[in-house]
Amino acid sequence: MIGRYYLAQARQGLLHDLQYRTAAAFSLFGFLLEPVIYLAVWRSVAIARGGAVAGYSLDQLTAYYVVWSLVRAMNLALTPYTWEWRIQSGRLNDLLSRPIHPFHHDFAFFAGQKIVWITLWLPFAVVLWFTFRPSIEVTPLRVGAFAVAIWLAFTIRHMFQFLEGAVNFWTTRTSALFQLMVGVELLLSGRLVPLALMPGWVERLAGWLHFKWTFQYPIEALIGKLDDGAILTGLATQLLWIGVFAVAIRLVWGRAIRRYTAVGG
Amino acid sequence: MEPAPSVEVENLRRTFKVPVRSGGLRASLRALVHRQFRQVVAVKGATFRLEPGEVVGFLGPNGAGKTTTLKMLSGLLHPDSGRASVLGFEPKRRPRELLRRIGLVTGNRTSLAWDLPALDSYLMLRALYEIPKPDFENRRDRFIETLDLGELVTKPVRNLSLGERMKVELVGALLHAPAVLFLDEPTLGLDVSMQRRLRRFISDYNTEFGATVLLTSHYMADVEALCKRVMVIHRGRIHHDGELSGLVARFATHKTITVTGQLPESLEAYGQVAERTGDRVTLKVAPSEAGAVAARLLADLSITDLTIEDPPIEDVIVAVFTGAEEAT
Repeated sequence: MIGRYYLAQARQGLLHDLQYRTAAAFSLFGFLLEPVIYLAVWRSVAIARGGAVAGYSLDQLTAYYVVWSLVRAMNLALTPYTWEWRIQSGRLNDLLSRPIHPFHHDFAFFAGQKIVWITLWLPFAVVLWFTFRPSIEVTPLRVGAFAVAIWLAFTIRHMFQFLEGAVNFWTTRTSALFQLMVGVELLLSGRLVPLALMPGWVERLAGWLHFKWTFQYPIEALIGKLDDGAILTGLATQLLWIGVFAVAIRLVWGRAIRRYTAVGG
Repeated sequence: MEPAPSVEVENLRRTFKVPVRSGGLRASLRALVHRQFRQVVAVKGATFRLEPGEVVGFLGPNGAGKTTTLKMLSGLLHPDSGRASVLGFEPKRRPRELLRRIGLVTGNRTSLAWDLPALDSYLMLRALYEIPKPDFENRRDRFIETLDLGELVTKPVRNLSLGERMKVELVGALLHAPAVLFLDEPTLGLDVSMQRRLRRFISDYNTEFGATVLLTSHYMADVEALCKRVMVIHRGRIHHDGELSGLVARFATHKTITVTGQLPESLEAYGQVAERTGDRVTLKVAPSEAGAVAARLLADLSITDLTIEDPPIEDVIVAVFTGAEEAT
């Protein structure tokens, strides 16, 4: 049953973005602007330091941010803002009336949207690639691992934001918490800069949290910063985080739903 | 053997903790350090059962506890105490098998994808409820035809008017043929003809699928058209549970007698004159005296027409609430 529902709901996500393709393109443009800025800054720094910074060559930095743009589009997930709105407006009542966990509803919807996002991303990546022409060695293992890792990264991020959203059952204003988490994620995921460019303690702290496995790890798996062993260990770590969050969701959801007051609709 | 009830509720109770504070800056600052809450008992020990195929009206003023009860029965809200069973399942546990067999429609929300045509959402619902393709297509096409939806199902839902949206919502809620249907103000904001069409549709659905329907509505026409039995809830307590006609008999404070003919100026000896238009007069009399007063009118006066009617159901409901207020 769940397989069919996933297909149907992913189709809804795809149709939604096809309906609003201009809006999707503008959103993507906004997301793509971010790595272009980072790329311009760090290329300048690398050039000023003789062609490399913190172990990243010019080619690797360029490849990092080009792949970054795809990873960003891939790991977009439902934000706690939407949870807040759903609870306040009563829209969550409908999701809870369905014979399926709301987690699947959103996961499948966002998964479907990614087809549009990737299609829109491709021309951008081609332009960026041919503008900077990074030379990186791509092996079948790296490509395969990357293809799996970006979906696992999306799963981890979706699960974490689901947990953040569940905080709304205790306090109906979680926007501030989400803002804080976005800041933490920027620093500890490799989204702002590769973690190698951060102070050592930040890099060590990031190793104990899930953020880096949603951004930096998939990128590094593809661009040749990790050896084969580290790539496979990374995939296992992603699976471990999924397991941890699955348990957390199970525990939190059971308690959250008992607190629900079903306001509105 | 007696069939198992579709819905069985015993001493159901639900309380909400509501933050309260006076208006103004001072009260706002005080609330920063000392928040005050009030316990609001939304449902106080509701007990009832619904038999398979019954259509029951659930009446009460705003805030009476109707929607809270419906939400507890559909698994959205946990009761504080008491017991509820729907199709043999405990709603608070939200078992998938129960959620697949019930439907909840409210008049002010949408369960369909806002930006897509309803037809797309129907396909998603087919996958969600695992509706066999022939059943799905048959029901969808028939419901669309019955409600005269035509091209409405091909427009994005956000482009539909409230009434149009309500109709496409109802189709979506019934595609999986729920055995128990909770309808919360389904005709809210609809014009009279649309209300009538929706009532017909619900009635046909009940007849065809033998579904149990619990309906809340502020439009008495909905209740009169669909429900033989009504429950009246006020401040969380059920004050009446029985036949609609029984409600009238129990709570109607008067009957109206309308007479037409050559009538004298004063008719106060027969009852309270409620209205006089030309040769037609409407009198209000005590229910127990209606027969005797009618006989006297016919004997004493030159009358061409006489009708005895119960008061409008709205007046009866007001009488129930007034009685409940006085008893509280």
